[in-house]
Amino acid sequence: MPAHPKLATEFVKNKERAHWHDQSLWFVRSKRDAASGQIPEWELLREQASKIKSYTVSHLPDLLEEFEKNANAKGVHVHWARDAKEHNEIVHGILKQHNVTKVVKSKSMLTEECHLNPYLERQGIEIIDTDLGERIVQLQNKPPSHLVMPAIHIKKEEIGELFHEKLGTEKGATDPQYLTEAARQHLRQKFIGAEAGITGVNFAIAETGGFVVCTNEGNADLGTSLNKLHIACMGIEKLIPRANDLSVFLRLLARSATGQPITTYSSHFHGPAPGAEMHVVLLDNGRSEIAGSDKFRRSLNCIRCAACMNTCPVYRRSGGYSYNNTVPGPIGSILGPAKDAKEHSSLPFACSLCGSCTDVCPVKIDLHHQLLTWRKEIRVRGLLPFSKRLSMKMMGWMMQAPRLYRFAGKCARAIVPRLPRFLLYNRFNAWGKQRELPDFPKQSFREWMKKNHDNK
Amino acid sequence: MTTSRDEILNRLRSQSVPKTERPDLSAPELTQQWISYDDPAEQFATMLASVGGVCARVKNVDEVNQKLSEIPAYQESKKICSQISNCGTANVEISNVTDPHDFEDIDFAILPGEFAVAENGAVWITNDGGPARTLYFLSQHVALLVPAAEVVQHMHAAYERLSFETPSFGTFMSGPSKTADIEQSLVIGAHGARSLTVFLVENAF
Ligand code: SF4
Repeated sequence: MPAHPKLATEFVKNKERAHWHDQSLWFVRSKRDAASGQIPEWELLREQASKIKSYTVSHLPDLLEEFEKNANAKGVHVHWARDAKEHNEIVHGILKQHNVTKVVKSKSMLTEECHLNPYLERQGIEIIDTDLGERIVQLQNKPPSHLVMPAIHIKKEEIGELFHEKLGTEKGATDPQYLTEAARQHLRQKFIGAEAGITGVNFAIAETGGFVVCTNEGNADLGTSLNKLHIACMGIEKLIPRANDLSVFLRLLARSATGQPITTYSSHFHGPAPGAEMHVVLLDNGRSEIAGSDKFRRSLNCIRCAACMNTCPVYRRSGGYSYNNTVPGPIGSILGPAKDAKEHSSLPFACSLCGSCTDVCPVKIDLHHQLLTWRKEIRVRGLLPFSKRLSMKMMGWMMQAPRLYRFAGKCARAIVPRLPRFLLYNRFNAWGKQRELPDFPKQSFREWMKKNHDNK
Repeated sequence: MTTSRDEILNRLRSQSVPKTERPDLSAPELTQQWISYDDPAEQFATMLASVGGVCARVKNVDEVNQKLSEIPAYQESKKICSQISNCGTANVEISNVTDPHDFEDIDFAILPGEFAVAENGAVWITNDGGPARTLYFLSQHVALLVPAAEVVQHMHAAYERLSFETPSFGTFMSGPSKTADIEQSLVIGAHGARSLTVFLVENAF
């Protein structure tokens, strides 16, 4: 798998697009700031959210059993899946039992994580993503590049072209209103024709055995109220203990995600309608391992609001695909290596350690600390690429020899400013990509100190 | 053979995770700090407007009828449903419908909302799972009637009112359906209602 720097290079090649991507996300980040600023008790809410999630993880097995019991009592079927494969088989099994061949799905990163769509398609089942952004990337045969705004990286001209080809819209049309209307008509047919609805889960409640799904478009609601089969797929960390905990999370989620006061629809599902069936699939897929890790446990607090990616200077400039992980950005750079440290070893380095993610995270995950911890962990496990290993070794060696360090500094100050560009900015200096070296000072700090201090 | 359920639970149980406390959300130290508004209905109207909805504060159902007749989308509607007696000129009878697909071409639905939330412009709606549930999402335009006395300050107060003891469906609905998935341009009317009007009605209906 190509590492982050390589994929990011592709993205930043198109300067104009990289800049536009950066601006779009910064706009969302600003909306988040405005929305959170309107709630004086914002910090208090974050603290409660963090405590509730920590409580959940420390009582997870009991809460999962409580959830199962209460869901069963309301007539909901609960399934357990160790991994993605089992998850997909369970979903397929339920669909097969009902002879379903047409499914509508509302946005769910969990089913992305499991690659459910291609799996079901191989079984001859039509599965349509109904969130507009997800539908766009589905028509492109691509995964989402962002948690909340799956198509944030695509220009309206490209969507116009795509819709012209796939949905028969007018050639050259780029008006978002017009394109959205076309998608509405197209997807309405899919909603009406579907035999089952699959949704993700934002929060599942142990106390009540129900779950909550948040959307702005209403696709989860249309997809589940028009037919008699609803399958909800969730990671085991999506649980919360009590219904009133939702008050905290629903106040934080949309404000952190897009700056809205709440999503347009925050739907609470507690049992099937008369004559209908409701299933919940609980997926582990490595989560129980993270729960056991003192270093990374808090990453399970995540409510997938995407605030950390909207604010991340690296994400904004390198795009979601550069992470090559279902969840991109800061939180994805923690979850990715937790799943497979070798495959995702470059992600914790796709970070400037600015700490902005930690500042905005509504559940107070210490994101940049965990990223730093991952860097050490990756070095300890011997997964650092050769170039990083070599330069760190040389650095360490020099740092331990003060005289050598001083001598090297002197040489650098004398030589570097006189070097031709091609010697400084070449493929061996990854740091010099997209960056200029600062002007070298005439003297070192030590020399400056000596002079100014001794003169006093 | 152990099942996946046992395996997951056993793995979780075998790990030593330090037990922490769950905060008491009804403790006065917290509840005293939640935001509150002098005129919650006014705040609700402001928030609803900010998310693309319209709020009208009215005396009674007659006044609702009057206001409805002034809405262009209502005037143009061919098929109208109403779940409120004497409200709207309904021409589709809800109680006859057993398959929600029959609501496919409803232009305007007039439906009850239980209470409103000042903090975020949301209305709590609930349904026992009959076909009428789809009306909230499938209709082109939606109007909700909410008793004017039923406006709570914030989400904490909202959940104090809610219980989920029996199988049910409920949602907080805040404004019309919308999307910003094409270059962050806000478009109203993604899949659900293209417009949402909330009437806060003083008299019982
Ligand atoms: S880590 Fe925090 S900020 Fe990032 S998506 Fe999760 S909850 Fe949001």
